[in-house]
Amino acid sequence: MSVAININHALKAYGKNVIISDLNLNIKDGEFFTLLGPSGCGKTTLLRMIAGFNTIEGGDFYFNDKKINDLDPSKRNIGMVFQNYAIFPHLSVRENVEFGLKNRAFDKKNIGPMADKFLKLIQIYDLKDRMPEQLSGGQQQRVALARALVIMPDVLLMDEPLSNLDAKLRLEMRQAIRNIQREVGITTVYVTHDQEEAMAISDRIAVMKSGEIQQIGRPQDIYHRPANEFVANFIGRTNMVLADCNKNEVSFLGHKIKIKNLDYNGKVRVSIRPEEFIITDDKNAIKAVIKDTIFLGLNTHFFMELPNKQIVEIIKESMINSNNESDKEIYLTINIDKVNVFTEDGTKNLVIANEK
Amino acid sequence: MKNKLKVNLWSSSTLGFIILYSIFLIVPLILLLSDSFIDSNTGQLTLANFQRFFGKKYYYSTLYNSFKVTVLVTFIAVALGTVLAYFFARFKIRGAKTLRILIILSSMSAPFVGAYSWILLLGRNGIITRFFGNLLGITMPDIYGFRGILLVLSLQLYPLIFLYVSGAFSNVDNSLLEASENLGCSGVKRFYKVIIPLILPTVLAGALLVFMRCFSDFGTPMLIGEGYRTFPITIYDAYMSELGGNNGFAASIAIIAIIVTLVIFLVQKRISEKHSFTMNSINKIRPKKIYGIQNVLVHLYSYILITLSIAPQVYVIYTSFKKVNGTVFTSGYSLESYVMAFSRMGSAIRNTIVIPLVSLFFVLVFAIFIAYLVVRRRSKITAIIDSVSMVPYIVPGIVVGIALANAFSNPPIVLTGSMTIMVIALIIRRLPYTIRSSVATLRLIPITVEEAARSLGASNFKTFWKITIPMMSAGIIAGAILSWITMISELSSAILLYTGKTRTLTVEVYTQVLRGNYGVAAALATILAVLTTLSLVIFNKFNKGRDLSL
Ligand SMILES: Nc1ncnc2c1ncn2[C@@H]1O[C@H](COP(=O)(O)OP(=O)(O)OP(=O)(O)O)[C@@H](O)[C@H]1O
Ligand SMILES: [Mg+2]
Repeated sequence: MSVAININHALKAYGKNVIISDLNLNIKDGEFFTLLGPSGCGKTTLLRMIAGFNTIEGGDFYFNDKKINDLDPSKRNIGMVFQNYAIFPHLSVRENVEFGLKNRAFDKKNIGPMADKFLKLIQIYDLKDRMPEQLSGGQQQRVALARALVIMPDVLLMDEPLSNLDAKLRLEMRQAIRNIQREVGITTVYVTHDQEEAMAISDRIAVMKSGEIQQIGRPQDIYHRPANEFVANFIGRTNMVLADCNKNEVSFLGHKIKIKNLDYNGKVRVSIRPEEFIITDDKNAIKAVIKDTIFLGLNTHFFMELPNKQIVEIIKESMINSNNESDKEIYLTINIDKVNVFTEDGTKNLVIANEK
Repeated sequence: MKNKLKVNLWSSSTLGFIILYSIFLIVPLILLLSDSFIDSNTGQLTLANFQRFFGKKYYYSTLYNSFKVTVLVTFIAVALGTVLAYFFARFKIRGAKTLRILIILSSMSAPFVGAYSWILLLGRNGIITRFFGNLLGITMPDIYGFRGILLVLSLQLYPLIFLYVSGAFSNVDNSLLEASENLGCSGVKRFYKVIIPLILPTVLAGALLVFMRCFSDFGTPMLIGEGYRTFPITIYDAYMSELGGNNGFAASIAIIAIIVTLVIFLVQKRISEKHSFTMNSINKIRPKKIYGIQNVLVHLYSYILITLSIAPQVYVIYTSFKKVNGTVFTSGYSLESYVMAFSRMGSAIRNTIVIPLVSLFFVLVFAIFIAYLVVRRRSKITAIIDSVSMVPYIVPGIVVGIALANAFSNPPIVLTGSMTIMVIALIIRRLPYTIRSSVATLRLIPITVEEAARSLGASNFKTFWKITIPMMSAGIIAGAILSWITMISELSSAILLYTGKTRTLTVEVYTQVLRGNYGVAAALATILAVLTTLSLVIFNKFNKGRDLSL
C-alpha cells in the first residue's frame, strides 16, 4: 500500500561539505511529487536518502508512522527508476520484471501472471523475451518502470528517468508515467531539472536551490505566485523591473499601476512574465522600441527596449501579416492581475504575503 | 540481525585477505629481507652479502648484463610491436585474422621453448647452421649468449606490445588522423607527431610488462645464454648452492632484484601519469587497401616477423614426430617420443592440469572478492589490500619461489615439496593481473544496477551473487583463460619449488632439454602447445570482439 512520506530536519553532509542542512518535507499518500531544481542542488541526494542508498547525517525520515532511517534499502519496499535505466543486462525483459517478485515471499504461482499484468500495463508484453541490448532507450525505460511497479512498492522513486530520451519520446513517456501512476495510485517522488516536465506531470512541486526548498506548491501556484525571485526565474521566464511601491501603487518609468493584495512601502522589483505585457495603441502607455524578434511558430518573441534602456522579452501569438520590424515604436500595458512584486532583495513575494 | 551478518561477510573477507597476504606474501618477503641483512650465525645486522655481490665482477656484472638485455629487448619489442600494430590497424593485410592468432600463439609459450628451438635451428648443430656450413661454406653468426637471448626474448615479447597497442588503436578516432592530414601532417611525420603521442600511455604500460617479463626471465638465458649470465640465473645458482645452509646471499640478490623492478615500476608510473588521458572513438580507424611498393613492404615486414616468431614452435612440433636415436634426431618419423612422453611423464601432464586449475579457482574467487572490496567497499583497509595485491606484480617469479621455499621449509608451516606451495606460488604470481582486470570490469558496471537490485528487495549478498558476478562474468572468464595459459607455462617460480611428484610439463620440458632428451622434450612441448591453443580457441569464444589484454 502506498504511504505518506515525512521528512523532518534532514541533514546530509559529505565529510565537512554540507549538502542539505535542514530540510522538511511532507509528501501525501498517492501524490505525484516532484523535486525540481538546478544541477547540483541536491535532488538526487535527497532521493537517495529516501531510498536508503545515502547515509542520513541527521533528521528523521518516515513512511507513514514508521521511521526508516536505519532500514536496509531492500526492506523499504520502494520501487526505483534510474536515469540510466539500470536494467540487468544479463536477464531478459521478463526476468528483469520478475526479479523483485522472486525476492519476496511471494507465491511462486503468482509471479508469472503478476509480471504479465505489468508487462501489458506498460505495453512491453511483446518484448518480454528480448534481452536488454535489443531494446531502444524508451523500451528500456518502460522495462525499468515495470520492474519498479510490479513489486507493488509503497513508494515509487524516479531520478530524471526521461533525460536520456529524445524530445518526442520524452513527451510520450511523460504521459505514460503520469497515466500509470494515476492508475496504480502510488506515492511518487520524481526528480527533474526540467521545469516544463515538472509542471506537466506533478500534483505538487518542491523547488530546490543549494539544498534548501524554496517553495512547495501546485504547478499553477508556483508559476503564478512564485515565492521569490529565484523561483520566478527558474519556472518559466520573467522580466524584472525596478519600481517604487506606495501601499498598493507601484510606479516605474513614470507610470503607476495599482495591484490587488499589495501593501508595502519602499523599493521593489516587479516580475512581469513575457505574456503579461499587452501591446496597445494607447500612446499614454509605456513606450518601447522593438530591437529583435524571434519567430517560433505558434508564438513570436520580441525583445524590446524600455525608455530606461532595459531590454524586456515579450511573447505574442504570431500573426499572419505582422510588420514588427526592428526599431518600430510600440506601446505596452501590463496584465496587473498576474504580475508579482518582490522585495528589493528578491527573497519574498509581497503579493503572496498579502493574499494570505 | 540479518543486516549484521551481511556486514560481517565483507569485513570477514577483508580480514581473511589481510591474514592470507600476511602469511603468504608479506612474511616471506620480510624473512627474505632479514635473511639478507642478518648474519645467521651471529644474529647481527650485516651488509656482507651485499658487499659480496658488489665486490665481485662475476656477480655484479650479471646485473649489468640483465639490464643491457632487458632495455634492448624492451626497445626492440616496442618498435617491432608498435609498427606491426600500426600496419594491422591502418592497412589491409592478407590473412590478418590468422596472423593475429599466430602472433598470440607465439607469445603464449614459455620463452625457453623458443630458446631451445632456436638452438635446434641455429645452434652449433642446428639444421640451418649445418645447411649453410656444409653446403655453402658460410659460418652463421653465433646464436649463443647475448645475441641469442636478445633474439628469443624480442620475438617472444613483441606480441605483448602488439596486443596492447592494437587495443589503443581501436580507441583512436579516425577523425583525429583525418584532421591531422587536413592540417598538412601525414605519412611518417603524422606517425611521430600524432599517433605516437596518442598511444604513448599504452606503449608505456606494455613496455613495463615487457621489461618485467624480460628482466625476470630465467629459462631463456639458462638455455641459450651459455657464458652470458643474467641476474635471475645468479639468484638461482646462489640459492641452489646454498641449500641447507643459510640463504643470505640468494636473499640479498633477490632483494636487489625487487628494488630494481620497484624503481622501474615507479618511474613508469610517473611518466605515464604525466601522459595519461582518455580516448573514446566513435569513428574507428578502418584498415585501407594500399598498392605498389608500400603494400609489398608492409606485407614483407608482417610476414617475416610473424614467421620468425612462430617458427620455433612449429619446428618443435615437427621434431616431436622425428625418430630419435639416443639424444639426436635421425631421419624418418615416429611417435616414439610421444610414447616415451606419456609413459614417463604421465604425472607431469596431470600436474599441469591440476595445479593451474586449483590455482585458477582460488585466483578467481580472490580476485572477484578483492575487486568488489576495492571498488564497492572503499575504505583505508581495502585500499591497503589493493596496494599489497599489486606487490607480486613487481616481484620476479624466481624471487617468489625463493621467498616461499625459504619461509615454508621450517615449522610452523612446512610446505616445501608439496603441491600446495606450487599452487600458492601460482596464485601469488597471477593474482595481480586478475585483480586489475576484475577491477576494470567492475568499474564499468554502474552502481545503480546493484542499487536497483537492492531496491527490488535483494539482499547485499544476493545482489553480489545474482547481479554483480554475472555482469562481470564475461570479463572474468576471458581473464581466467589467459591466466590459465600463463599458469601452464610457468617456469620461474616452479623451477625452485617442484619435486619429483609435483613437476609440471613446463618444468619437465626444461629438464629434458637440459638433459639432451630432445625428442621427449619436443613431444611434451607439443602437448603444452596443444593445451595452449585449445585454451585460446575457448578464450576467443568468450571474448568475442573484445581486445585481448594480459
Ligand atoms: N559522493 C559524493 N561525495 C561528495 N559530494 C557529493 C557526492 N555526491 C554528490 N555530491 C555533491 O552534492 C551536491 C548535490 O548533488 P546531487 O547529485 O544531489 O545534485 P542534483 O540536484 O541531483 O544535480 P543534477 O541535476 O546534476 O543531477 C553536489 O554539489 C555534488 O557535488
Ligand atoms: Mg541528480
